[in-house]
Amino acid sequence: MPTVTVNGVSVDVPEGINVVKAAELAGQEIPHYCYHPALSVAGNCRMCLIDIRAMSAKQPNPLPKLQIGCNTIVADGMVVETDNPRVEEARRGVLEFLLINHPIDCPICDQAGECKLQEYYMDYGRYHSRFALAEKQHKHKVTPVGPDIMLDQERCILCTRCVRFLEEVTGTNELCVKERGDHSELSLARGKSVDNPYATNIVDLCPVGALTSREFRFQARVWYLDSVASVCMGCSTGCNIDVHFRRDNLYRVKPRANAEVNGYWMCDAGRRTWRDNHGDHRLVASYTRRGDEFVQVDASDAVSRSATLLQGCRKVAIVASASVSMEEGYLLACIARILGAGPCIVPSPAVSEIADDGRLISTDRYPNRAGLLALGYREADALPPDVDGVVVVRCDVVGGDEAAWGAALEAMKATVVVDDRIGKAMAYADQVLAIASHFEAFGTVVNRKGRLQAFRGAVPAPGAALAGWQSLAGLLEALGGERYDTADDVFAALCAALNLGSARTHAQLASGGATLGQWAAARASTGFSDAPAASPA
Amino acid sequence: MQEQVLLHYRDLTVDLKPIDNYIADGGYRTARRVFTEVAPETVVAMVKESNLRGRGGAGFPTGLKWTFLAKNTGKPIYLLCNADESEPGTFKDRAIIENDPHQLLEGMMISAHAIGCVNAYIYIRGEFVYGAEVLKRAIAEAYEKGFLGANVFGSGRELHFHVHRGAGAYICGEETGLIESLEGKRAHPRIKPPFPAVYGVFGCPTIVNNVETLACVRHIVERGPAWFKSIGPESGPGPKLYGVSGHVRNPGVFELPMGTSLREIIEVHAGGMREGRTLKAVIPGGSSVPVLRADEIDIAMDFDSVAKAGSMLGSAGIIVMDDSTDMVAALRRIAHFYHHESCGQCTPCREGTGWLEKILIALDEGRATEDDLGKLDTVAKGMLGTTICVLSDAAAMPVRSFLEKFSEEFRTAAGRRAGAAAA
Ligand SMILES: Cc1cc2nc3c(=O)[nH]c(=O)nc-3n(C[C@H](O)[C@H](O)[C@H](O)COP(=O)(O)O)c2cc1C
Ligand code: SF4
Ligand code: SF4
Ligand code: FES
Repeated sequence: MPTVTVNGVSVDVPEGINVVKAAELAGQEIPHYCYHPALSVAGNCRMCLIDIRAMSAKQPNPLPKLQIGCNTIVADGMVVETDNPRVEEARRGVLEFLLINHPIDCPICDQAGECKLQEYYMDYGRYHSRFALAEKQHKHKVTPVGPDIMLDQERCILCTRCVRFLEEVTGTNELCVKERGDHSELSLARGKSVDNPYATNIVDLCPVGALTSREFRFQARVWYLDSVASVCMGCSTGCNIDVHFRRDNLYRVKPRANAEVNGYWMCDAGRRTWRDNHGDHRLVASYTRRGDEFVQVDASDAVSRSATLLQGCRKVAIVASASVSMEEGYLLACIARILGAGPCIVPSPAVSEIADDGRLISTDRYPNRAGLLALGYREADALPPDVDGVVVVRCDVVGGDEAAWGAALEAMKATVVVDDRIGKAMAYADQVLAIASHFEAFGTVVNRKGRLQAFRGAVPAPGAALAGWQSLAGLLEALGGERYDTADDVFAALCAALNLGSARTHAQLASGGATLGQWAAARASTGFSDAPAASPA
Repeated sequence: MQEQVLLHYRDLTVDLKPIDNYIADGGYRTARRVFTEVAPETVVAMVKESNLRGRGGAGFPTGLKWTFLAKNTGKPIYLLCNADESEPGTFKDRAIIENDPHQLLEGMMISAHAIGCVNAYIYIRGEFVYGAEVLKRAIAEAYEKGFLGANVFGSGRELHFHVHRGAGAYICGEETGLIESLEGKRAHPRIKPPFPAVYGVFGCPTIVNNVETLACVRHIVERGPAWFKSIGPESGPGPKLYGVSGHVRNPGVFELPMGTSLREIIEVHAGGMREGRTLKAVIPGGSSVPVLRADEIDIAMDFDSVAKAGSMLGSAGIIVMDDSTDMVAALRRIAHFYHHESCGQCTPCREGTGWLEKILIALDEGRATEDDLGKLDTVAKGMLGTTICVLSDAAAMPVRSFLEKFSEEFRTAAGRRAGAAAA
């Protein structure tokens, strides 16, 4: 491993990385705009200028000109300075150049608070303007470039991150730079609009407020937003995300980097999953059926009524969509065992209109199929014969045939529906338990590559809805099963059951998810085939 | 009179453009010999030995550049002739292209043989419509004779030349901008490394040489490196084309030994100043290089001597200004050019070129103050050595040197606002 010295700090760094990354490893920041680790090096912003005092052990001579850190590959014995007066002066110069034609409309700019131009200027800028306001180069401001993307040409610093993303990652080439010099500006390629399935990533990539999300524009000041690290529930890929919220409201979802899962990106459909978290379709209370009517009951009442109903059945089936979490899935498996039900059922993936795209988007629109299968769930498209009671969790229709599904439920002696939203199964329910969505509670899921990852609640569940694990733990206890007081306890139990080494807690999952190897090993060694085996410790 | 080698056509009454005339004059003998008898390494060795330095502006040793070519990559090697000639005050390559195209083609053939190139391109400035036609005709003639094509001079070697016209951007002369443009993209110069010799056009090892450089190759191989070195300073010798424009009696292109004194070029060859005028300033190497005052012209016009005098030989496009010249207006015009031609990639160049022009317009129109002079200087300083290509430096160097050498005049211009306000 080459040893590189940055501002006097020596570190061993991996071969082949650039100085921007090496500096990061040495705990030194090299400010940069155009460089992005997942895109080709453009070297145009000139923000990352550095002073190379020694090229390598073999060539210990300093270079006469400042070099750009993003295009300088480390060599053993390289000595770099990023904070000497020469570099600082050059950087101040670059920042000044960036701002002379910039509209400086931060007060009305959505990027304010997360803008690299603001941040670096505060850290490295010259602090007084030497450019006459009247002489600024004006360009178009409110320019829609796609259904969800707005462009402000004046704010653009022409780093070409967006252009390179659309060229190198999606291959769709909607944007390019036209004109020259300080007349340069972004342009849509003829007849195009930035509306590919990954389009909004360019809003995240844009280091300034040039590209903004039309949905998020003017909705909130980013410094008022809180954020939790979570996982997207939009499909079986499980892209890592940050969920941005304020008090009880969600505002946006952004990708969180994870090289093992989604790199730096996520799809636009995933970004939109938060939109239907609020609204009238949410289930805000638990109900029991009285004749043709639903009567609201409190959660514990709903749980004990459900237990009684199920205990009165001859044979119960448990049906859960592949969006139930590992915790919920595990508790359901325990409930199935107590009730003497067969293996839990997860509907087979519907033939979805969305195909695997070889990137992130998966045809399976559910986040936890692999996890449920590991917990011993069976894929099926109908209820088993002889069943007279059913628990339906986060699941609307099985088998795609609504009429058949309705008829099957109609015939049940007891139907318990557990969901975070009002759905078709409710028409046949005897008991309805309201639970939280995945934006409102802790949990884990296993993506299509067998990676166990944690999602985290950002906002409170509406009304009287409880976390899914909480409702199901209540039901399990009411049926005479074990008692779980926290989501962590459930997680520890399921880890033990799946042989994932010693009992784990959510916290141990950290932000990146558990490794595939552990999971595979766990799968090979557990007896989870027909019924959940191990009883929780 | 110095023997005219590169501008040999001027000594003849026949037109050298038709290939038969060129052959009758001794042309293509050397190329034929090279292809049939001389090993590529021998040609490279001769060019190295000659100390030929590139005529495109930077004066980089040509033989050395050729040895940087990545070897055994399994990829084709390309030779690109840079005929973009767009630097203000520069019109020397045009003289060769329009009058003696086969000289260039022969130099290119020999160079292509030396570096192992099968397909070579001439990237010619878009406005050179006539030059492009001349070259195309000359190339067609060479194909007809079997000097180009599948079996060059019966040697079994294959070689093709293509003419590619630019579309009117100065930046296409920067070698990696040229490469991008040739690939059909915007001429945004590439970051280096990698250099073209390793990763050039279409991702293949590539040599970019200037028209005059490639023409010199023919003569070096024909007459030997010792002959070449006998002309001018040994560190960068050879016959040299100087283009003189501006306030002289006899502007034009002159072929003189490398290192001829600037005073001689202006006073003797270009006929001296216009009637009743005296010399004020000279830009010795195209608009990009620092200006010299009238008292600084006793220098030898070769790469090292001009550099020692604080300027650059550049393209050897000599722009002469007499005492009628308003230096502020002249600099404003130069700044306008770079503002117009910056490709816009790099922050300092994209923003700085415009800023410089804006200050200079204000200065020229009497709207600037002494403060603005300091600004001019620091803005220009911030543009030096901070960008992908040296267009940024090319825009900044004249500014700094004009300010330094003609500070009085700039201060007077800045004082005009103060004066107007007082009046
Ligand atoms: C902005 C800019 C414009 C240039 N224009 C030309 C040109 O028109 N012709 C040319 O031969 N070289 C030009 N050059 C220099 C080329 O980049 C390159 O160095 C040259 O073609 C190499 O040829 P040589 O080694 O034979 O000199 C230019 C360089 C810059 C930075
Ligand atoms: S819009 Fe943003 S990402 Fe795109 S070039 Fe401009 S500043 Fe860069
Ligand atoms: S220095 Fe100017 S012309 Fe050269 S690449 Fe940068 S912006 Fe383009
Ligand atoms: S980050 Fe290196 S030049 Fe932009």
